[in-house]
Amino acid sequence: MLPLILFYVFGTILVAAALAVIVARNPVYSALCLVLCFVTSAGLWLLIEAEFLAIVLVLVYVGAVMVLFLFVVMMLDINLEELRSGFTRFAWLGWITAGVIVFEVAGVVVTRKLGLDVMRGPVPLLSSYSNTQELGALLYSKYAYPFEIAAMLLLVAIVAAIALTLRHRRGLKVQNISRQVAARASERVRLVKMDAERRE
Amino acid sequence: MSTLKQLGALWAQLPSYVQSTVFTLVLTVVLILSVAYLTLWERKVIGWMQVRIGPNRVRLFGLLPGWGQPFADVIKLLIKEIVIPARANKILFRLAPLITLVPAFAAWAVVPIAPHYAIANIDAGLLYVLSLTSMGVYGVILAGWSSNSKYAFLGAMRSAAQMVAYEIAMGFALVGVLMVAGSLNLGTIVARQHGGALSWNWSWLLPLLVVYFISGVAETNRAPFDVAEGESEIVAGFHVEYSGMAFALFFLAEYANMILIAGLTAVFFFGGWLSPLDGYPAWLGGASVLALPGTHWLVFKIFVLLFLFLWFRATFPRYRYDQIMRLGWKVLIPITLVWIAVECLLSWYHVGPWKAL
Repeated sequence: MLPLILFYVFGTILVAAALAVIVARNPVYSALCLVLCFVTSAGLWLLIEAEFLAIVLVLVYVGAVMVLFLFVVMMLDINLEELRSGFTRFAWLGWITAGVIVFEVAGVVVTRKLGLDVMRGPVPLLSSYSNTQELGALLYSKYAYPFEIAAMLLLVAIVAAIALTLRHRRGLKVQNISRQVAARASERVRLVKMDAERRE
Repeated sequence: MSTLKQLGALWAQLPSYVQSTVFTLVLTVVLILSVAYLTLWERKVIGWMQVRIGPNRVRLFGLLPGWGQPFADVIKLLIKEIVIPARANKILFRLAPLITLVPAFAAWAVVPIAPHYAIANIDAGLLYVLSLTSMGVYGVILAGWSSNSKYAFLGAMRSAAQMVAYEIAMGFALVGVLMVAGSLNLGTIVARQHGGALSWNWSWLLPLLVVYFISGVAETNRAPFDVAEGESEIVAGFHVEYSGMAFALFFLAEYANMILIAGLTAVFFFGGWLSPLDGYPAWLGGASVLALPGTHWLVFKIFVLLFLFLWFRATFPRYRYDQIMRLGWKVLIPITLVWIAVECLLSWYHVGPWKAL
């Protein structure tokens, strides 16, 4: 009973937050609602005992990705009037995209048939079952190559992103921190020992 | 004695959710009191290091000079007005202090506070801790943005960038810990370190311990990494516009985070509730009461680690911002990567903690 109540509570919040992401006028609110979406879907995943995925969703998307999103969104100086000027012009594209997505989702749901009795949750597992361990064993044996390839792709993407934004400007005065840190007082200051002089 | 036993039996009969609720409440109260007295201890320690006395006026029940100071501070902050800037975002402005505070307390749920006991003994405890500590950034960013002030916003950007950067080094350091333990469960991580002070993780993971603790200090925005409150450049960082209890909540969160980082360091590298004499021969005290595991060891280790935080603050000058970023990205992260490779070699050749593999 409790899981069912929780499911509906999380589901309602998730749908409402997802709507708010697109409806909200302020882009910061949109980003925050997206965070709420991620957190509630993590809750839903916990209900189907996918604890590893749920925690990683929060860790990666909420803890890292959305923080950077918020950073960018907050720094942007967004002119709402300018944004809305193209709304009617591109509305047809939006409607088509929305229609296709609704059609696809409906296709998946209808072929599986609706109803709670059909879409039953997985059988509850023993408390000794370790979600993380199972996933790790699969990732490093059966799916070792796809996993490694995905990791390499991400690495290439990171290197590419850095290489694209990296630029050296001529004549820029930059501090060389390693040299600053390595500086020793003995090299900078010369202490001269001399006797006190008498005033004539 | 018999009444005590009866009470114990009654306690054991209670359903587990009642037990964990009681434990949660007790732990929360203890944490809040620890935060209150940590502020006093900090002022005292820094005072002594600077040859001052520190707070000594407010007495608790007419005894112990200085011990009433935390309560005096709290009452002062409670009766102050909470000013909300005119064009601030009111909802987020009120929400931000809570978002910083809640993860610092919620992460304690998985910390093994007594031998083989944690309020929520979950399997992926380490990931849970990481994901919760990464939520704390939101409070900082939202506080800075919702204040509608340039200074607050700049301060928020600074400290958020710093927190995000050091989280990575922190996560990598923990990869080393879980390679030793072979588990993400914090209870198992502690249990695998049994066998006395020398077999705790710090001995084989010394570089990771250093990286973890430094990132912990940076993560909590404490000195020498406290550019978030660079008074001379950005007034006071992301919480300039906050006053009264809302302001106090940020500091409550900072100190709660300090206790959490100290607790996690104790769990990951210093054997949590294990005794340092555990498994030693009898003439070294291995058979005495001191060799028994217990919560008191965890508390003692947290206390020592917290003292380090205060010691740092009293001794080190503040880092410059670009140096902070360099330390995080170019020094700490490579160290962890190298040490993870070293650990791979050690475990391949069954050395040290991997002897039994």
